[in-house]
Amino acid sequence: MGYSKDQLLTRLQELHIDFAQYEHPVVLTVEAQAKHVGHLGGALSKNLFLKDKKNRFYIVSALPNTKLDLKAVLSQRLGLGKGGLRMAPEEALQEILQVPLGCVTPFALVNESARHVSLLLDQGFKAQECCFFHPLANDMSISLNVRDLDKFLKSIGKDSSYVDLEANPSVGKDQPPDLATLVPSGSTVLPDPPERAASLQGPTENYVSDNQPTAVTAKSVKQSNNTQNVKDKTATVPHQTSSFDNPEQFVEEILDKTSSLVLTEITEETIKQHGEQLGAVISDKIRKRLFTELKSLATTFKNTAYTEGFCAGTYQPKRA
Amino acid sequence: MEKTNAREDEKEEVEEQVVNPWEVSAKGDGKIDYDKLIDKFGCQRIDQALIDRVHRLTSRPPHVFLRRGVFFAHRDFNEILDAYERGEKFYLYTGRGPSSEALHLGHLVPFMFTKYLQDAFKVPLVIQLTDDEKCMWKNLSVEECQRLARENAKDIIACGFDVTKTFIFSDFDYVGGAFYKNMVRVAKCVTYNKVVGIFGFTAEDHIGKISFPPVQAVPSFPNSFPHLFSGKDDLRCLIPCAIDQDPYFRMTRDVAPRIGYHKPALIESLFFPALQGETGKMSASDPNSAIYVTDSGKDIKNKINKYAFSGGRDSIELHRQLGANLEVDIPIKYLSFFLEDDAELQHIKEEYGAGRLLTGEVKKRLIEVLTELVERHRRARAAVTDEMVDAFMAVRPLPNMFN
Repeated sequence: MGYSKDQLLTRLQELHIDFAQYEHPVVLTVEAQAKHVGHLGGALSKNLFLKDKKNRFYIVSALPNTKLDLKAVLSQRLGLGKGGLRMAPEEALQEILQVPLGCVTPFALVNESARHVSLLLDQGFKAQECCFFHPLANDMSISLNVRDLDKFLKSIGKDSSYVDLEANPSVGKDQPPDLATLVPSGSTVLPDPPERAASLQGPTENYVSDNQPTAVTAKSVKQSNNTQNVKDKTATVPHQTSSFDNPEQFVEEILDKTSSLVLTEITEETIKQHGEQLGAVISDKIRKRLFTELKSLATTFKNTAYTEGFCAGTYQPKRA
Repeated sequence: MEKTNAREDEKEEVEEQVVNPWEVSAKGDGKIDYDKLIDKFGCQRIDQALIDRVHRLTSRPPHVFLRRGVFFAHRDFNEILDAYERGEKFYLYTGRGPSSEALHLGHLVPFMFTKYLQDAFKVPLVIQLTDDEKCMWKNLSVEECQRLARENAKDIIACGFDVTKTFIFSDFDYVGGAFYKNMVRVAKCVTYNKVVGIFGFTAEDHIGKISFPPVQAVPSFPNSFPHLFSGKDDLRCLIPCAIDQDPYFRMTRDVAPRIGYHKPALIESLFFPALQGETGKMSASDPNSAIYVTDSGKDIKNKINKYAFSGGRDSIELHRQLGANLEVDIPIKYLSFFLEDDAELQHIKEEYGAGRLLTGEVKKRLIEVLTELVERHRRARAAVTDEMVDAFMAVRPLPNMFN
């Protein structure tokens, strides 16, 4: 079950985070909220809960006056193409953020169910003395300096990503989407929405869809650029475990692909067609269809391991 | 633009097809005449017997590019196989001129085939990134070429090369030492007249261009890489490349015995046709002439549907009656490069040629195949870090290179 307002407030106190709390009647909009706490100094926030076509979720938290263009600007900057970003459905609010309507807040990330949600914070917050957010309930607002919000986010293992949300940099073949690193690597599957059944591509973890080519490339370019500038391996960019350096994930992916193929191949028809031979037929098919793909995976795994050893063992002088 | 090899026959020049490292264009009806090319260059055709021999020696089905005649010509490949049978290994040498960041499928072809050779024969590989060449020919800055070289290296690595058996190097980084000594040895054996005759240089070309050819020649000699092959001066070299690179290696093969080295062997491919048809090779400057490795599934679908030259007839009735013209149909050509299943390809060709299958259906299958390929490449590419590139490019021994 989701965190309650009280549990959250206790948590904040435990972390020695300074905040002020204000109770008021339930509010569903920034305007309504402003009537009760708008005069107290400090900035209110508008919070949107968004999703993309691949069922990945985002919270965009911004100053009320910041202009947000979801379809033409943010969507492109995230590498989702135009119109790839839209408001998340109500069910998602309940299932993932576990907060009521009108209560989207960065604090919702405290819930395990929101583990894959990406948070984009308005750069403008940093200049504010304090900002108002809902503490998982609409009948209260708490104000705190965003530095403390960062502290809280860090305590739940999340990074604070401050973005100039109004900026509109061009995105093209030579200019990768600048926010691509903020796209979650794991997608959250809600029970209802259609998901491509038994996709031969395997699990959605680290899955790169057709529509977001530059996203992942930009991701890896961005990451490695960071680690190159900071020569020691405790880089500024949090290390994302992948199937390529994590044996457990590696094996999971192989097993996922294999079992998904097996499951697709066992149908009434094929059972009728092959009967007892079905096992041998499927085994053959697995070999044929997955060999190249798994080999590619394994080679990358090997190369990654070698590279890590190589980096650990050598010092490469900067190229002239 | 550089002129053709047949500079002596000035009159015929205009009607001749032009094939050299910097220009490829067909004559007249637009198709490259490969038979004529083999004849003129003096290389051999790869026949079924040779393919069967490869199958036997490697105990695995020959690569789709061999089966479909994509790699169709060679020099001394039989000698390499003879030596291999005797237990003598060889090493592979291929390369890329990093003139742009955008790689298309045509660029991947030699690398895909080289990877197969590395796996099938279990031999090491050196990959040369001729950043200096591009700096000179394309008038890019040194720094930009070095950057492009590293970016291209990532796509190359994504083709699946084994880091324990592969050395990637950029000319700007590596030329010097033993490599340079060989460059001078080779340069001494090639007169100005000769190099002008082979590559078509003129008096207006700068001296960088004229002295470049040895750079591409010497990776064929194992002692250019003392950290890899020291003590193995006798090691043979096999060079998979597109046939337009043949002039470099004709020169190299001419020089090699004079300085006491083995002649490198070559295995050469056709040009990957542009989407719009067989008028030459794909061009990195026209985005719609090629499928790029950065293209999304949507891009691929769009490009194939809109720009892929079709051999289908103008109307369905005519098509059902006459069948498609497989000779010029680009989707069929692309499928023959990338559709692994021989039986399926055969079936598609038969049905399409008889008019029972429509262009749209063939294109749909092609889009599936290409999307899967590009997807897989992109995923592998995303896993290539700058550190991995450093590892591949580090001057280091490869103790397990023949395992």
